[in-house]
Amino acid sequence: MKLTKLLASTLVGVSLLAGATVANAGEITVVSWGGAYTKSQVEAYHKPWMAATGNVIKSEDYNGGVAEIKAQVEAGNVSWDIVDVELSDAIRACDEGLLETIDASTLPAGADGTSAQDDFIEGTLHDCAVASIVWSTIFAYDKEKFPDAGPTTMADFFNVAKFPGKRGLRKGAKVNLEFALIADGVLAKDVYEVLATPEGVDRAFKKLDTIKGDVVWWEAGAQPPQLLADGEVSMTTAYNGRIFNAVAGEGKAFEIVWDGQVWDLDLWVIPKGTKNKELAMEFLKFSTATEQLAAQASYISYGPARKSSSSLVGKYHNKDIDMGPEMPTNPDNLKNAVQNNFNFWADNADQLNERFNAWLAG
Amino acid sequence: MRISIHFREPNHMTSTTLDQKDISDASADALIMVDGVPLKQKLAETTKKQRSRALLLTVPLVLFLVISFVIPIGQMLFRSVHNPAGSNVLPNFAIAIQDWDGKGYPSEAMFELFVKDMQNARKKREIGKTVGNLATRMNYTIPGTRSLFTSTSRKLSKVTEGPYKEALFKIDKKWENKVIWRNLKRVSRDYTIAFYLAALDHKFDDDGDIIAADKLYQIYVSNFFKTLKLSAIITFLCLLIAFPVSYLLSILPLRTSNLLMILVLLPFWTSLLVRTTAWIAILQTQGILNNILVSIGLVSDDGRIQMIYNQTGTIIAMVHILLPFMILPLFSVMKTIPPSYMRAARSMGATPFTAYRRVYFPLTLPGIAAGTLLVFILAIGYYITPALVGGEDGLLISNLIAYHIKSSLNWSLGAALGTILLVTVLVLYWVYNKLVGIDKLSFG
Repeated sequence: MKLTKLLASTLVGVSLLAGATVANAGEITVVSWGGAYTKSQVEAYHKPWMAATGNVIKSEDYNGGVAEIKAQVEAGNVSWDIVDVELSDAIRACDEGLLETIDASTLPAGADGTSAQDDFIEGTLHDCAVASIVWSTIFAYDKEKFPDAGPTTMADFFNVAKFPGKRGLRKGAKVNLEFALIADGVLAKDVYEVLATPEGVDRAFKKLDTIKGDVVWWEAGAQPPQLLADGEVSMTTAYNGRIFNAVAGEGKAFEIVWDGQVWDLDLWVIPKGTKNKELAMEFLKFSTATEQLAAQASYISYGPARKSSSSLVGKYHNKDIDMGPEMPTNPDNLKNAVQNNFNFWADNADQLNERFNAWLAG
Repeated sequence: MRISIHFREPNHMTSTTLDQKDISDASADALIMVDGVPLKQKLAETTKKQRSRALLLTVPLVLFLVISFVIPIGQMLFRSVHNPAGSNVLPNFAIAIQDWDGKGYPSEAMFELFVKDMQNARKKREIGKTVGNLATRMNYTIPGTRSLFTSTSRKLSKVTEGPYKEALFKIDKKWENKVIWRNLKRVSRDYTIAFYLAALDHKFDDDGDIIAADKLYQIYVSNFFKTLKLSAIITFLCLLIAFPVSYLLSILPLRTSNLLMILVLLPFWTSLLVRTTAWIAILQTQGILNNILVSIGLVSDDGRIQMIYNQTGTIIAMVHILLPFMILPLFSVMKTIPPSYMRAARSMGATPFTAYRRVYFPLTLPGIAAGTLLVFILAIGYYITPALVGGEDGLLISNLIAYHIKSSLNWSLGAALGTILLVTVLVLYWVYNKLVGIDKLSFG
């Protein structure tokens, strides 16, 4: 009897205490892609926000996709409060009712006074998602492997005879099929038109066939710079910011080839039913403000989604490197570039990934 | 009627006679407790209480099994045939469309229900009941229809009056394709075998007949066979390595055998991930083994051998990881075989080989049976190791299941694959039982 009483009073005490802390400062779980990218977000968004509001951020890593969000929302047990996702995933999850809707008119105006709707680049605001960055899948090579003349075009990536060595590619159909078509001579602007036809898909797989035996497949964004550094591959597709950080931060001799880059958006979404919706929303507004987006661009070479941030983008945070030319949206880098077509992939990802898996196993 | 009387009568008779006997016994011997209850009755009550209390102890285990095993498997079986998207999203249309004979177009009334249901689903936006859910489901059947559903649903809010068929056709010409409506009828049923068909590389064609999937998309059947083949190879290699080791363990003096046993158990107690990563460090092209081979000149620097991220890597790592499951049952059986049997056989003139083959080996069979069953069943559902070292051709069926659960989000297909795997294991177990006899197993 006595023990029960003691237990009960302890429990009450503890819960009161816990209640008190919650009232003072909240805690939210922010989920992103890990490595150099998460680090840039921690520096530019998390730390200033925690300092300004006294709230605590728990940072978690994942490898993309909406599987965890779906599982959490459907089980009614949401532990991720705000998640950084790709555009096609944001659209799909929103369509399936897994995300809270976000009213773009509540976002803060830009530093120059333009309203959020006008300040954000076209196509970066959606029913359930607000973009923070423009990133790109490019290919990069190790300069030490090609001291004389390195590859300069997407076709070179697929030319194992002229540029020997293993290739790294992300495991999945998305982006690889686009790259294959560009390497096969399709113009960047026509890629999805060709890919929408069965012949176009066959053509892409046929091109991939030519390097299949030389490919090392990667899944997490941190892997490709590692594969290059270990000498496991001589060139690899990668997220441009990861390669930039390996060069700027760790002094690696990697070179990015922008020809045929496929650029995409990363957006914040809030899983439906999170208990910290208000706080998550507060963090979302804070982190997508003009200054924060510009600040994050000084830690990694991903372009800010606000126009008003562009003029504030300066140098790499601790080195004398201009960030402008490193951005996917830099005009020089956009000469032969594709914007990832989320509608195409929303429709065709199931089928093309199935074929990709069969192709991989065969 | 007659049967029930026939059965009830003798029972009733016996119980009555017993009762009478009890009472007469009790009164005769006067074995009555202080509270006036006969001893026998009291005893029965007490043992019953004890028994139910003992049973109570198993409740946590039973609950655990139900929650962690029975319910999830039941859910998996259910999910593999459950097809709720149609009736969840379009509740009225899903019922009405079943009356359509599949010729021409559905009636205008059905179109009206379709439009109204779509508008409702968009307005309510309930989890699991959105147009997006239906779009995802339809996209499995007809690739490329997801955006047709989601974009149409956005535009439908303007449609307030009929004719609804024309309104739909005006929004998107693709709705004129009759194949969509025929498939929509099938998707609107609550239960389906479509996921099992997909899991066996088959599908419904547009007329509803079952046909094989396009060769370019076939992956599951061959992967099931590959999984069985690799598991068999791994089991055989485990047996080949474990048999002499266990024999040595069983005949060595206690001190030496204990040391050897620790060498077997130490990796067994080490984290699975650590052991798998260790194999990556050893076997990769820039790894320890290749470096040694290059430095002693067996292979050239350009000709480093690919030993990992393929089937070889999967087999090597899994044999190592599953080896203790073969050694332990073998050892425990071999330990119980008295050495005098072999000596007796030898004294009767058997050659060492004959004595071994005719006397020793048959006695180890229960251990072999247990070890192979254990290793084979563990191997067939193995996930982590092939995922880390399997590369592309070393992936097992469990990795494809994980792909559908984690990446493609086609949980129904994942459940169907899982169910087929479960049934395969049960069938193998049954065959094994027929061949070897499960009562002959000895796990030690």
